[in-house]
Amino acid sequence: MKYLELLRLAFPEAHVAGTAMLILALGLTRQNRNAGATIFPDRRRREGNPSATNICSIVAALGLTFAIISVLRLPPTATFSGGMLVITPFTSLFKIICLVLALFTVILARTGKAARNQPEYLAIILLATVGLMLLVGSEELLMIFIGLELTGLSLYVLTAFDKTDQRSAEAGLKYFLFGSTASAFTLFGLSLIYGMTGTTMLPAIAEKVSAAPLSPLLFAGIVMTLVGFAFKVAAAPFHLWAADTYQGAPVASAAFIASGSKVASFVVLGKLVLVGLAPWHGNAGWHALIIGWMPVLAAISALSILVGNFVALVQKNVRRLLAYSAVAHAGYTLLGLLGGGPEGFTATLFYSTVYAFTLLGAFGIISLVRQETGGDDLEDFAGLRTRSPLLAACMTIFMLSLAGLPPLAGFFGKFFLFSAAMRAGENQGLLWLVALALFGSLVSLYYYLIVLKIVLLEHPATSAGIMRVNLLQRISVGLLALLVLFLGLMPEPLVARISASLR
Amino acid sequence: MIAWTIYLTFAGAFLALLFPRRLARWIALATTASGLAITVAMFFYDDFDLRTFDTVVRAPWVPALRMEYHLALDGISLTLALVTALTAVSAVLFSWDVEHRPNEFFFWLLLVVAGSFGVFLSADLFLFFLFYELVIVPKYFLILIWGSTNKEYGAMKLTLYSFLGGALVFIGILVAYVAAGSLDLQQLAQFPFSPQLQRWAFPVLFLGFAILAGIWPLHTWAPTGHVAAPTAGSMLLAGIVMKLGAYGALRVAMNIFPEGFALWRNWIAVLAVFGIVYAAAVALRQRDLKFVIGYSSVSHMGFVLLGLATGSALGASGSVLQMFSHGVIGALLFAVAGRMIYPRTHTRDLDQLSPLRLYRAMPFAAFTFVVASAASMGIPGFSGFAAEITILIGAWKAFPVAVWITGAGVLLVAAFTRRALIKSFFGETTSPAETPAAEATPTLAPITLPEKLGAGLLMFATFAVGLYPKLLLDRITPAAEAMRFLQP
Repeated sequence: MKYLELLRLAFPEAHVAGTAMLILALGLTRQNRNAGATIFPDRRRREGNPSATNICSIVAALGLTFAIISVLRLPPTATFSGGMLVITPFTSLFKIICLVLALFTVILARTGKAARNQPEYLAIILLATVGLMLLVGSEELLMIFIGLELTGLSLYVLTAFDKTDQRSAEAGLKYFLFGSTASAFTLFGLSLIYGMTGTTMLPAIAEKVSAAPLSPLLFAGIVMTLVGFAFKVAAAPFHLWAADTYQGAPVASAAFIASGSKVASFVVLGKLVLVGLAPWHGNAGWHALIIGWMPVLAAISALSILVGNFVALVQKNVRRLLAYSAVAHAGYTLLGLLGGGPEGFTATLFYSTVYAFTLLGAFGIISLVRQETGGDDLEDFAGLRTRSPLLAACMTIFMLSLAGLPPLAGFFGKFFLFSAAMRAGENQGLLWLVALALFGSLVSLYYYLIVLKIVLLEHPATSAGIMRVNLLQRISVGLLALLVLFLGLMPEPLVARISASLR
Repeated sequence: MIAWTIYLTFAGAFLALLFPRRLARWIALATTASGLAITVAMFFYDDFDLRTFDTVVRAPWVPALRMEYHLALDGISLTLALVTALTAVSAVLFSWDVEHRPNEFFFWLLLVVAGSFGVFLSADLFLFFLFYELVIVPKYFLILIWGSTNKEYGAMKLTLYSFLGGALVFIGILVAYVAAGSLDLQQLAQFPFSPQLQRWAFPVLFLGFAILAGIWPLHTWAPTGHVAAPTAGSMLLAGIVMKLGAYGALRVAMNIFPEGFALWRNWIAVLAVFGIVYAAAVALRQRDLKFVIGYSSVSHMGFVLLGLATGSALGASGSVLQMFSHGVIGALLFAVAGRMIYPRTHTRDLDQLSPLRLYRAMPFAAFTFVVASAASMGIPGFSGFAAEITILIGAWKAFPVAVWITGAGVLLVAAFTRRALIKSFFGETTSPAETPAAEATPTLAPITLPEKLGAGLLMFATFAVGLYPKLLLDRITPAAEAMRFLQP
């Protein structure tokens, strides 16, 4: 009976996992038939098998679409085993967002270089998606850790997936080494929290200790836990993997790391600090510093903004530039959590969602340019305007949204985040951080404009003709750009949905 | 009805981008002309009360954050919308022969215009800020793609300065929003902010706006930006964009933090006067005609800030009148230098222009430049005189010393304008050796009809307001008297 209940509540996750298995099986049968009797991979195999690739992509997309439908059919609220699996409007909303991000990633994966062994690649993306859904849908430390690991391990493999590219292997190894160390910290921190409070349920942790003072041991536990999440969202000083991973990994993997993984990590981090650790928030105001998780996050945020923006200034590779800008954006996004309360959390979630869509779009363009020119350095984008006006227009929208200029979603998102942070505490205690973030935005405008200058002004290096962009890619990139524009003009639907689901 | 200036201009921008390149300029002209028609109609439409900042359109936008789509209008907004429309029409006329990527050119140009209309009409602080920041990026691309002389440097400098100003404004807006819990300008103008807050929030907010208005010593973006921009870009920068900053300072900073303003206004006056004299002195030494005009913009905007610093209804009215006047005159000067002279002679260097004695080759351009220079010098009968005299009378009570110094500054303005005028059009042939070159020049291309129309429109505006300033002042002064910051 209990297993039936579990299956009913975890149906979307089971659905995605099942699709992954199906794709693996499909890939296996297809590939065997085409490879024939030769043991050595012939050229045809290396290029990937188009029909198998197509079928697998379609199956993956269908599976994700059906998973979205089954999320919608879940009961509005339910709890399994005291919080191991929680279903609320909030978790459903973010499961859908993760699934949509995965769907775009699957479309993106069709253009990547990882066309070889495409079925396995898609299956791992789906498994990572299951991890994200578990992360989002739990209020229990163990489940959170399992979700983190499932996501993490899948992403390590996705990063190193391109066997022919040395950079990919390097990126995978770096990501794995940093990631496993960070996981170890998180696990240790969680065990300390469990040891001090005797429970792994987030609401129970908060209840148990609302009166107790913050002991040094517990503080150590909190800091260690935060280290793991800072790694996940690529916040300085735990960002060292980001540049190589964003640049070296296959484009679709990098896009998924930058979007889906980040959104889910912010969801969990928010739940962790605002629900579980709420009593020890402390204060990060410049005139009223009190120890707790807030000063720690404030320091991480400030450092991320500075390091991310200044290092991004000198980058010559667009993916690397986006990696450092991601560090800075992690810093901005943390401002919402520092603002605290449902409003601050809403701001963080809105911003990370918008950011995820923006980056997916940007990576979509990067993968198309890479397919055409064979690289993704700044000069490979020269004259994109003449080669593909649509992609140039979309790139303009994505870059300006990242810079936080109206009327795009990034502008509203930043306003929302910064106003939430200003509201926190009395006497504008976080003014220092808001001012720093604005200064960071000023710096960031420079490098985003440089990218746009190259896209819109410079002439292509070689006599490159019109880029061939097929309809599906055109639609998906265009859709993301429209979404970014729409959420800037009409943020209300998403904001209202997030804040209603948090209530 | 006035709200349609915003919608039409945005719609025109996208149409200009999507339609065939031959149609782009016609779309832009139709758009800006209808904007002008709407503002002029509103100007002579008496039923709307222009004394207070009354709502035109109001709809909820993001209720969770109390953001509203809220437009309002009073005499000050209307005057500035009018100068926006005037400058926009003539800017389109003066870029009639843009052949390089015309669709995008008019797209960005119309975005600047639409954003400026939006700023002047917004009554919600978030909406205001959205339009305010919206203007930044189009300027960057206008200069970067269609500019000249060191354009990449000029474009980036201008953009970063604007964004820096925007960041300061952002802090000021957030502080007001968080303290008062509202974004509505009318409500904020009633809210009693604590004096401690006003003491530091006012200078932050004011400085943010003043950067865009070209306050000394943060004015350096203006000359380089003006010089690098294409002609229409310079016209928009001088005619509209600098006004956005001054308008924001008046409408937002001074109105919601009146006590902070009272504390700091002496310093504003000092910076304003310094700016007037300094920029005029620098302009006297420039060789590039566009630099002369760029610095004259800074000097003229100093008058605006001085008028604001007086904190009197008279001074503020004079400021708004000066914004209108400088918008028209600045645009006219840039049009002559950038559109009439440069494409025909391929130089803006005063020493090279001097032997050409252009008045013979281009009598119409010479006439236009004489009118614009006279207006810029503040000769009675033109709008510049009416505005500057109003400001100086307004300032006399509060800052008599400043008025004396400014008087000296006015002499400098007259001196550099006269120098530019003589050198560019009426130069003396110094040596007989250069005479053949001078004789060879009358083969310059004639002034085209769009150029004549654009110049005529602006000259008409400066004449009309100069001869009958009451036309504007009747609408500005009552609105200025309703402001909260007025000093006793």
